[in-house]
Amino acid sequence: MQRFLTDAAEYLPILMQGVGLTILVTIGSLILSTVLGLVWALMRVSGIKVLDWTAKIFVNFIRGVPIIVQLFYIYFVLPDMGIALSAMQSAIIGLGIAYSAYQSENFRAGIQAIDHGQIEAAQSIGMGWWMIMRRVILPQAIRIVLPPYGNIMIMMLKDSSQASTITVAELAMQGKLIASATFKNTSVFTMVAILYLCMSLPLMYLVSRLEKHYATGRR
Amino acid sequence: MIVLDNVHKSFGSNHVLRGFSTRIEKGEIVCIIGPSGSGKSTVLRCINGLEAYDDGSIRIGETRVDRDSKSIVDVRKRVSMVFQRFNLFPHRTALENITEGPIYVKGEPRDRAEERGRKLLARVGLAEKETAHPPQLSGGQQQRVAIARALAMEPEAILFDEPTSALDPELVGEVLAVMKSLAEEGMTMVIVTHEIAFAREVADRAIFMDQGVIVEEGPAREMLSAPKQPRTQDFLRRVTHPI
Repeated sequence: MQRFLTDAAEYLPILMQGVGLTILVTIGSLILSTVLGLVWALMRVSGIKVLDWTAKIFVNFIRGVPIIVQLFYIYFVLPDMGIALSAMQSAIIGLGIAYSAYQSENFRAGIQAIDHGQIEAAQSIGMGWWMIMRRVILPQAIRIVLPPYGNIMIMMLKDSSQASTITVAELAMQGKLIASATFKNTSVFTMVAILYLCMSLPLMYLVSRLEKHYATGRR
Repeated sequence: MIVLDNVHKSFGSNHVLRGFSTRIEKGEIVCIIGPSGSGKSTVLRCINGLEAYDDGSIRIGETRVDRDSKSIVDVRKRVSMVFQRFNLFPHRTALENITEGPIYVKGEPRDRAEERGRKLLARVGLAEKETAHPPQLSGGQQQRVAIARALAMEPEAILFDEPTSALDPELVGEVLAVMKSLAEEGMTMVIVTHEIAFAREVADRAIFMDQGVIVEEGPAREMLSAPKQPRTQDFLRRVTHPI
């Protein structure tokens, strides 16, 4: 225990740099996946066949390929096509696109859960499709979508460790580097696990609060 | 002002409207009655383009109702709809439900829309419910807010799709009272209803539909008291004397 504490004191600063990058990758890909996921979802419910099918094919395509392969593709293959991205950019874009598929399924479920009468009422006062989405459907869909959205956030936090496979020096990668240089596997990986928990437990708490709020808090 | 000419509509193999024609004059109050599945609601839904029709024509004044045309927005501003299940926006207050259309569709300044909205709430007897959300209101109150929402668009006509069918019996009266006051002010109304007594008292004209066509129509008081067609007689007997 004594040794763990001295190791912790020594390696924490380096691991914290990894934490910083982990948070950066998570937040970046969270934003990207949310925006993209919303686009896919809106295409799916647009009622326009071409958009619906395009989104459907794209989403299934993304869901059918492992995240790690998508990351390799963006980081190692795209440069051959003249698109060179930094490791960080590749990680955010790769995880963002990969998770947009799950986001879109969640958003679509939320949108489709809204009573069709809401759309008809909005149409009957002359609203167009965009306004119906913005003013009527999405504000109501949020309460349905938020709890699963929280879970996706936690999954993204953990999956950000996959960025290490394309050389992003986030938390898991830093841990591995220190461990292989010092052989202090126990201390280092215990710290890595604790640091992930320190980030994900508050998120889980937030999600369970949200679930309670939206289960009982219908105003 | 609303002219339907030989309107046909099918849902798959189900031929719901089989050549429906009628014209509704400005200020006229028309009640459509008939068994469920006879196409009553479909007529209303076609008039303001919630449903596309397959053949024939529907005109509001000079404008042809075409669900896929831009003009449909104009049609819907001119012809409002009140639904069986109210369909209020649950995430907005009673007042916001009413001002939503004027502010966001018509571009009316917020303060003026709210002032009008409050007057409309008072008119349907709910002045004190301004900040209530729909789930906090009774069915009758919700339907009255829905009528105020329809009125807020300053429509030339309002379509009522079984406005009291989802209500507890003791709440039906308050909604019918609001509708009656509208009728007295000269609003053009097309009402699909099972409230025969109300139709007899308030409507100018009654239409009895069955299987997608008009079986009988005439002055409401006359027709609903002494229908000529056997099918109309049979239907009215069942509705007014269920046992």
